[in-house]
Amino acid sequence: MLDVSNPEAIANEPGTRWRTKDLLDTDQLTPEEIDLVMSTADAMHDVRSRPVGKVATLRGATVITLFYEQSTRTRASFEVAAKSLGADVVNLTASGSSIEKGESLIDTVRTLEAIGADVVVMRHPNSGAPYLAARHTAASIINGGDGTHAHPTQALLDLFTMRRHIGPLEGKRVVIVGDILHSRVARSNIWTLMAAGASVTLCGPATLVPRTLAGKTERGTCDVTTNLEEALEGADVIMTLRIQKERQHFGFIPSLRDYIRGYQVNARRLAIANPGALVMHPGPMNEGIEISPDIAHGLGSVIEEQVTNGVAVRMAILYLITTARAQ
Amino acid sequence: MSLERLLGPDEIARTVRRLAHEIIENNSGTANLVIVGLLSRGYPLAVRLATEIEAFEGVRPPVGRLDIGLYRDDVSRRGIPPVLRPSDIPVNIDGATVVLVDDVLFTGRSVRAAMDALLDFGRPAQVRLAVLIDRGHRELPIRPDFVGKNIPTALVQSVNVHLAELDGEDGVYVVGQEASHA
Amino acid sequence: MTTLLFRGGRVIDPANGVDRVCDVLVDGGIITRIGDRIVQSGAHEIDVTGSIVTPAFVDLHTHLREPGYEQKGTVATETEAALRGGFTTVCAMPNTSPAPDSLTIVQSLLELIARTARVRVLPIGCVTRGRAGKELADLSELADAGCIAISDDGNPVADGRLMRNALEYAAALRLPLSEHCDSPSLNADGVMNEGRISERLGLAGQPAAAEVSAIARNIALAETTGAHLHIAHVSTARSVELVAEAKARGLHVTAEVTPSHLFLTEDAVFGTGPEAAYDTNARINPPLRTEADRQALLRALNNGIIDAIATDHAPHAIEDKLCEFDVAAPGISCLETAAATIFTLVSRGELDLLAAIRALTAGPVATFALGARIPGIGALTPGLSTDLVVLAPGENWTVDTSTFASKGKNTPLNGQSLTGRVRHVVMNGELAYSAELAHA
Repeated sequence: MLDVSNPEAIANEPGTRWRTKDLLDTDQLTPEEIDLVMSTADAMHDVRSRPVGKVATLRGATVITLFYEQSTRTRASFEVAAKSLGADVVNLTASGSSIEKGESLIDTVRTLEAIGADVVVMRHPNSGAPYLAARHTAASIINGGDGTHAHPTQALLDLFTMRRHIGPLEGKRVVIVGDILHSRVARSNIWTLMAAGASVTLCGPATLVPRTLAGKTERGTCDVTTNLEEALEGADVIMTLRIQKERQHFGFIPSLRDYIRGYQVNARRLAIANPGALVMHPGPMNEGIEISPDIAHGLGSVIEEQVTNGVAVRMAILYLITTARAQ
Repeated sequence: MSLERLLGPDEIARTVRRLAHEIIENNSGTANLVIVGLLSRGYPLAVRLATEIEAFEGVRPPVGRLDIGLYRDDVSRRGIPPVLRPSDIPVNIDGATVVLVDDVLFTGRSVRAAMDALLDFGRPAQVRLAVLIDRGHRELPIRPDFVGKNIPTALVQSVNVHLAELDGEDGVYVVGQEASHA
Repeated sequence: MTTLLFRGGRVIDPANGVDRVCDVLVDGGIITRIGDRIVQSGAHEIDVTGSIVTPAFVDLHTHLREPGYEQKGTVATETEAALRGGFTTVCAMPNTSPAPDSLTIVQSLLELIARTARVRVLPIGCVTRGRAGKELADLSELADAGCIAISDDGNPVADGRLMRNALEYAAALRLPLSEHCDSPSLNADGVMNEGRISERLGLAGQPAAAEVSAIARNIALAETTGAHLHIAHVSTARSVELVAEAKARGLHVTAEVTPSHLFLTEDAVFGTGPEAAYDTNARINPPLRTEADRQALLRALNNGIIDAIATDHAPHAIEDKLCEFDVAAPGISCLETAAATIFTLVSRGELDLLAAIRALTAGPVATFALGARIPGIGALTPGLSTDLVVLAPGENWTVDTSTFASKGKNTPLNGQSLTGRVRHVVMNGELAYSAELAHA
């Protein structure tokens, strides 16, 4: 076994280096780094399933969540993840703080760094905000969701969930259904899935599916369609996205009724996909709109598991980023 | 850089057999015994010990494996963190006699981490330590209960154990300036 | 006043059809002779072998920010920047505070200019009162006060009927209307070109159709009214096609393009990305578009469809750009890099040298009919012209915003290497700027 005091042994033991200070989006990760997150998350999942579901590995580290947008699940997930690793956690919201008084993002992040934050988990309504923050602080920034751009930890927990059920994603078909245009979950998933060699199909109303996201990389492909029945043929995974009522208000869709007719994932449509196809949703769900209740809680649904896996995956990311900071 | 092989496959096999006998003798049988190997090379040794015990006693004790990556005391100080792997202890260890198994005992820090990890799985009645090689230079008050071979070494040397399950062959090697024999 | 003799440069003057290597004599405040081996005792000789000598540049579109936004720039700082960039005449856009929509405001602006400007500044008046897009400003007053054009730049004149009336007035007053062609409802909250990059970065897009549809509407109204419609900062391939078609039909439609749109594309927002993405210095209205658009703009400039290069120099304070992309102020500070970006494009073979110089000199003058007001402007007419630029076309240099005279350091070109450097600027017959002296 690796003897931790033996420098030679350390040098010889294989390990992938985590390259970056921050996790801003999954498009910055190499396939090897994605695999590293997956295997580390396996170990974290194991920790969480023990009687004492925590370890003291990140004792002494300070993790601050900085959420400019409301969130229950993501914030709570990060908090539990950090505490499960023994780190100290501080939660900040935009309201009732100096942020409301007009303090700039850069000043806020620098203040947190001066207080002693090692890691700042950020959620912000403007796409690109975490990139700006990352450039102006030595603290590590984890993007918890920026505008309509990225939600890397969600994509990684989605991938982790898929792999646990259907194994490696090489050659598998994943269909993402809904308001892709405004979805940061969809975008981050596209990068991880393509890196994993999957073929991704984006499906939704014509006004909500950006055609330029279609493409090919060395390993995976992404195409775009407005026909859900066609998209579901041979699908191994169906990921449904929330449709917001506001989209109707701005003229993107005629009505929710029209959306349900064309794009609701229900039993009839699920039957078109491969048997055993996974049903996923990043949450929170509008049951009865983008997804029918029986499917949301049915046999193929791994939606609750996504949430549990979210803690393990976020533990893995916190562990990798924080240990990389020491180097 | 000199490389000297101190033990070959036959010697390792005999040593493992003797360790298995000592464990059974110390425990007065196989009752409540759980053999837990520290990843990486402690685990194949644990499996071999369980096999030997089964050969004499007709009962195979449960075997588990433990990854100590999350319990180390140098997480923020070393170079590239090693890849974490899931641990797996297939039985409840409350009240059990757990025998931790590792290939080389050196400073004792890995065993300290292993005990912390083990205690997150439950509350054993007793924890024993079995090692194939003890090379000295303890930094913590840790002592083994069952030792295959004592090999005094200099700090600059290192002791590498190869096991067929992982390395394709069995052998114990000392790498470095002076090698000495038990 | 020193007599200046520039020896051995390549003199290029599109207004007078001159392109030859010879000497230029500036005496008593005027360019007096252009010819071979000039002899003039007492003249200060400047060897400009290998350099290009052209009329000083004329900019139809600059934002001086004063009055009202002095933290972004002042008449003094921005005209100094113009001078160093080789521009001795700039037309000041009216999105100041107060905005020049009446006689008294124009008069106080002219007074400010007379006191503090380093180069000639020609005021552009508002189309609508307060630039609010609701009522026409007192346009005849503005014309009398000396405005050389009218514009609501920064905003389009969105209401069709109002635009039509504005064009009728402009036609009667013989003033060009310089229009920022855009459709606010199509652009909604767009912050960059709608396309591959905006969709990847999750930024709201500004579709090409917003500019194109506005240009189409405005050209139709120009035809109806007979006015001179000048299209500010064209940015798309289709826009250029519409301009070409309007000209082919004999309409009085002209167009300008910025050096930024000729040099950069929407990829500047992505940068060397993905970690480097969201460079707010690349946020500008109209947005940087695709490579196909850029190529179309270059072609249109080379074959004369586009009449002028106009900088749309837009300095901003640091805090206006050091923020999230969605809230960053649009605009690039470029008076000090304009000439270099144009000459870099020439050195790469993307832009024709003569077409480029024409678009910086004779072109803008003809577009706004400035020659009648200021004899010799944009040309090297002996006995008449007073301003020239000496430029070293092969000199490489690195953009360093800390050396800018402009208060605006907002350019995506900081740290980039460009080819082509302004060496000397003569204004009113005197050596007003010299790169060598600036370094000393």
